[in-house]
Amino acid sequence: MNNCWVIIKRELGAYFSTPLAYVFIVIFLALSGALTFFMGAFFERGQADLNSFFSFHPWLYLFLIPAVSMRLWAEERKTGTIELLLTLPTPTWVIVIGKFIAAWAFIGIALVLTFPLWITVNFLGTPDNGVIIASYLGSLIMAGGYLAIGSCLSAVTKNQVIAFILTAVVCFLFLMSGVELVQSFFQGWAPSFVLEALASMSFLTHFNTIVRGVIDLRDVVFFGSIIGVFLYINAAIIDLTRGS
Amino acid sequence: MTAGDTMISIKGLTKDFGPLRAVDNISFDVKKGEVLGFLGPNGAGKSTTMKMVTGYLPITAGHASVCGLDVEIHPIETKSKIGYLPEGAPLYGDMTATGFLNFIAEIRGFSGDQKIKHVNHAIEKLQLETVMNRPIDTLSKGFKRRVGFAQAILHDPEVLILDEPTDGLDPNQKHQVRELIKEMSAEKAIIISTHILEEVEAVCTRAVIIAEGKIVFDGTPTELRAQSPNDHIDEVFRKLTLAS
Repeated sequence: MNNCWVIIKRELGAYFSTPLAYVFIVIFLALSGALTFFMGAFFERGQADLNSFFSFHPWLYLFLIPAVSMRLWAEERKTGTIELLLTLPTPTWVIVIGKFIAAWAFIGIALVLTFPLWITVNFLGTPDNGVIIASYLGSLIMAGGYLAIGSCLSAVTKNQVIAFILTAVVCFLFLMSGVELVQSFFQGWAPSFVLEALASMSFLTHFNTIVRGVIDLRDVVFFGSIIGVFLYINAAIIDLTRGS
Repeated sequence: MTAGDTMISIKGLTKDFGPLRAVDNISFDVKKGEVLGFLGPNGAGKSTTMKMVTGYLPITAGHASVCGLDVEIHPIETKSKIGYLPEGAPLYGDMTATGFLNFIAEIRGFSGDQKIKHVNHAIEKLQLETVMNRPIDTLSKGFKRRVGFAQAILHDPEVLILDEPTDGLDPNQKHQVRELIKEMSAEKAIIISTHILEEVEAVCTRAVIIAEGKIVFDGTPTELRAQSPNDHIDEVFRKLTLAS
């Protein structure tokens, strides 16, 4: 466990040693603010909640999370440091988890920095702060799902741009699988259990229940399993593609 | 362990990359106090052999053991006994030399005074004092190689595996690295790979030449020279590696 912490420290340090981290945080804050006020009609709705803020998170993450996850393994492959890392006395899964937690903590920091919105809504009215906390936690765990997919796909390639695009595409599929557009494509020829399975894989469906303030165990288990499965595949990819 | 103990034992080591046999049934032992020079043309399988011993590449057939422990059965224990400088000395460019060595020390399980002692010792040995606090990306090639070397000897390993440690260094730096290898050789078992034949005579107690994955010579540098009628060591090298 000590080694996991050492990896987390190094990875977080790596984020903040380049301007990338600050650029990311600024873009995240600016975009989420702009979407809340302009697209989400925060004032016009006249309701003391942060729905108009959280409802854009699945879309925001679609482009911002791949930008955070793309370097996790692709960079190690490109520079050859993966050889150094894998010949240190640490099991692969500890490194996979350490890197993932560091990236997750980084997203967490960006999310915490949106607190002025929370202050604003409390200043303007009396929102249900329980719902807001639940939504923040839901948003964080959904970000974990995106990140696990991103980390896994980053291990497939040396090229960070490819990692970015692959992650965005796969996350988009997970996001959209419950939407009418995708469902109607399968309707008519696919058996109904396929339709239901697809719908139940949708990030959007699971996130929407959390945003309403309901932390359903099923949603937490869903995102938890996404993280677990993709990190497991991630470690397997690292071990299978050593030296190539 | 006393001098003369077998530290590295390789038996029938074989590596296939798809249909290509990169390393073909190689066997040799390295004892404490020995410096084994690993020679061969590019693509002969030197790096592949080293990567298998250090646990980076899976072994197709045969066994490699370090300090009596099989590298596949006890990967963590053997990795903690090996100091490894991969080819090209890959490093985390965003970290400072000290930051990087601290990271390696921590992941190798040192903390507190022990950590400071080991890091300072490595910095002193490689004369890195002047560049300690500079990002590795900004260092010259020679200094980068020395940081990589410092990383390999940091935990005072019983076994040192150095893949082309003097490649790309200027003559003074080469001399310095060779002196360092000689200085440490009494206490350790060392394998170095190199293209430079004079280097073998300068630092190695034994030379192993491989070509197309097979051992074509195993003996002392003096025996190697004795094979040439007119005292030209590179002629012997050409004859051995081209004949097979």
